[in-house]
Amino acid sequence: MKQAIVLNINGQDYEVLIESNWSLLKVIREVVGFTGTKKGCDQGECGACTVLMDDQAVLSCITLAVDAQGTRIVTIEGLGEEDKPDEVQTAFVEEGAIQCGFCTPGMVLATKALLKRNSNPTEEEIRDGLAGNLCRCTGYHKIVAAVKTAAGSLTK
Amino acid sequence: MTDYAVLSKRIPRTDAWEKVTGKGKFAEDIILPGMLYGKILRSPHAHARIISIDTSEALKLPGVKAIITGSDFGSFRYGMTPTTRDETPLARGKVRYIGEEVAAVVAIDMDVAEEAVRLIKVEYEPLPAVFDPEEAMQPGAPLIHEDHPGNISVSFNTNFGDIDKAFADSYYIREDEFYSQTNLHGFIEPHSILAEYDPSGRIKVWPSKQSPYFLYRNLSNAFDVPLSKVRVIQPIIGGGFGGKNGSYALDFCAVMLSKKTGRPVKITLDQEEIITAARRRHAFRGKLRIGVDREGKIQAYDVRVVLDGGAGTGIGPTTLALTHYFMYLPYVVPNIRYEGYRVYTNKPISVAQRGNGILQIRYAAEVQLDKVAEALNIDPLEIRLRNAVKPGHVTVNKMNVNSCGFIESLHQAAEAINWREINKQPVKDFGKFNGRYLSGVGIAGNAHSSGCRIRGHNSCSAVIKLHEDGTVSLIHGATDSGQGAETVLAMITAEVLGIEVQDVQVSRVDTELTPVDPGSYGSRVSSTAGNAVLIAANDCKRQMAEIAGEILSVDPDKLNFRNGQVFLEGAPVKSISFRRLSQKVTSHGAGRTIIGKGSWGQDIEPINFDTGEGDVSASYSFGTQAAEVEVDTWTGKIRVVKMVVAHDLGFCANPLGVEGQHEGSIYQGIGHALFEECSMEDGRTINPSFTDYTLATFKDMPPVMESINIETNEPTGAFGMKESGEGTTVSTVPAIVNAIHNATGIWFHEMPITPEKVLNALRERGEG
Repeated sequence: MKQAIVLNINGQDYEVLIESNWSLLKVIREVVGFTGTKKGCDQGECGACTVLMDDQAVLSCITLAVDAQGTRIVTIEGLGEEDKPDEVQTAFVEEGAIQCGFCTPGMVLATKALLKRNSNPTEEEIRDGLAGNLCRCTGYHKIVAAVKTAAGSLTK
Repeated sequence: MTDYAVLSKRIPRTDAWEKVTGKGKFAEDIILPGMLYGKILRSPHAHARIISIDTSEALKLPGVKAIITGSDFGSFRYGMTPTTRDETPLARGKVRYIGEEVAAVVAIDMDVAEEAVRLIKVEYEPLPAVFDPEEAMQPGAPLIHEDHPGNISVSFNTNFGDIDKAFADSYYIREDEFYSQTNLHGFIEPHSILAEYDPSGRIKVWPSKQSPYFLYRNLSNAFDVPLSKVRVIQPIIGGGFGGKNGSYALDFCAVMLSKKTGRPVKITLDQEEIITAARRRHAFRGKLRIGVDREGKIQAYDVRVVLDGGAGTGIGPTTLALTHYFMYLPYVVPNIRYEGYRVYTNKPISVAQRGNGILQIRYAAEVQLDKVAEALNIDPLEIRLRNAVKPGHVTVNKMNVNSCGFIESLHQAAEAINWREINKQPVKDFGKFNGRYLSGVGIAGNAHSSGCRIRGHNSCSAVIKLHEDGTVSLIHGATDSGQGAETVLAMITAEVLGIEVQDVQVSRVDTELTPVDPGSYGSRVSSTAGNAVLIAANDCKRQMAEIAGEILSVDPDKLNFRNGQVFLEGAPVKSISFRRLSQKVTSHGAGRTIIGKGSWGQDIEPINFDTGEGDVSASYSFGTQAAEVEVDTWTGKIRVVKMVVAHDLGFCANPLGVEGQHEGSIYQGIGHALFEECSMEDGRTINPSFTDYTLATFKDMPPVMESINIETNEPTGAFGMKESGEGTTVSTVPAIVNAIHNATGIWFHEMPITPEKVLNALRERGEG
């Protein structure tokens, strides 16, 4: 039996009709329609489904939608646009930290969460902080560079 | 040194913004009204006859709209070559591996579809199965494909020169056997397709494919629909690496289920399906016998290769052929005998994966070369310099080397890893070592095809359409699966026309509108599509110059296009802006539409699978990689501390993109050497998720990666370009293996080199 819940996503309240066992990922993508958040493994292993929940990075594929009630969810769509981008997005673009782009939304949001709790991370802290996000294309090198650049821009 | 306006600059990808904002659509993101969801039923047996399939219970489940099995596709078979059509959309008659697709269900949502799959009853008669290629070749082994005795999928034998004499004259001979494991492409975006079959007999699909035109042909054949009515529209692709080239069950099933239901159908695999049943890299066993002279110069090779093909052929013939052809480069090989087999086993099908056979054979050859160096007390760098091919080299099997910066790459990589200093250190007495960490460096060379010349359709085409406001549309058939090809093609266009990259709107494949293209594999996009785009851009430029010449009263051949201007060199008053010229051409005379077009294909014969002679591509990339590793003798863990890539890529069109490709190549090479393996027992995958199939994380990558570009200006490449994304995976593996030996004195003949294997080896040697 479906139940109605309210989720606050990207600053807006959405009333959705869902099953209690639906993941936050499923609701974001299929009910609300924000397809920027990706389903990579659906098992909490790859990080592609990362969203922010009250400024913390969470894996939306292993978070129940019902448990997201009363929190502030931010998906990649809520971060910025090309004409008004977030500093992290700009850094990723300019440093060449994007190849196929599938891990990118999750990676960008994980970066946001990292920089929120540590505004000037060392390389080791960056690698540690993002270790839950897998990328098959870049070798992570330019992502680390982008995070450093973004940290620099954000502390200005 | 040419002063380019756009090329050779560090330019962000043309598709970066749509990816970083989450706006760009991958296949799974595309939805259509009324869309249904499909799920595939897979075989639990490695080898079995299908006795019956009962879908009645499943069909009764509310929400199920249709179920199909192999018989729904009639006698349709497909494959990569005309003589290797051994694949069917769903299994017919028997199943040949655990996970092979047997039926497909479509329903109103995934929960119903998954439930329905569980309700399908299949009766199997299990058959004996075989999992090892050597066993599969033995008489009496279970026969996997009735028309392939001995389970031989492909065999290939060549003989050049006189190896018996060469071995007899050799100063030193040795024989080694190497094993390279099966691993996965590992793309984070699962296979996905959305299909819409129009009752009027038109097919429209949005699939995640590196080579959409293969699917377009296969769908046309499978559904008996003319090519002009098969529309494959390319979404953004989340990585391919060779694993999204072919056509698979989900593709055919999505179209068939759409046909049967009259509704759009989406099928997306999950990672467990991919890890346990989708295509993967060929496992390789190579026995190499090498003879060298007193100076370590190669006299002869006798090579036997066995590839594990899994249950079907796919692009296997090319993989096997490449293990042959890349024995001849990057070192001079005067005499060689090669015997190669690709063998069927009851496991998922092996296909191309970044480095496609070249990675496997060069791993074996490069590690063996280090063994020879050690035996003869020759520096591993020096032995490579003595054997290196040079520009203009023609191999004994008639491969022609145009540009070649291999020797330069050896020097540069060695310098960047500080080779001479490190190698001067006294030989470690490993027996007396009682510390914790051991360090070492290793070096390995590589060569790779740049624009593989395959059979069948080989050329690329491009069309450039001018808009009145001075922007252009670039319409081409190549596919960017993440490697950055789209950006390079836009840069070529912008360079020729003298405009900005952002004024070039690059299309993605839509088979109704874009030119037919072989696709994104064999490292061909920059070199092949790049040339087509160059020709199209020059065509467009010539047409515009003609009109500008009339407007300015100047010889069109003397006009330059740069910085948005069209001008006579040395006479700035004789100029017009590109934008203004674009406006004027539409009203010039009767009004012109400017469309530039170009086509290009490698002017060589297709790979010869019979004689083993001739080129496999118009040019070859070369390179050297050097690795510094640290071995923890307490845990067996290996850390790659530094990696250097020195790559002859002809010309570096976009340093930002090229570095990304080098770093990604190293990532996959490290994964291959140290972490990844499809672990199977009796055909069953025992590490079916990312928890146990280890993809390297941020913490596993070397903090220092140096990328050195060597520009040799290849005459057959657009602006001198060669590949720079696949060859760069090839010598990562042996460089690491050689570095581990330098650190520990231990040679590893199989991969991945896990901590367990390291500890066992150390223990066997009597330490740790």
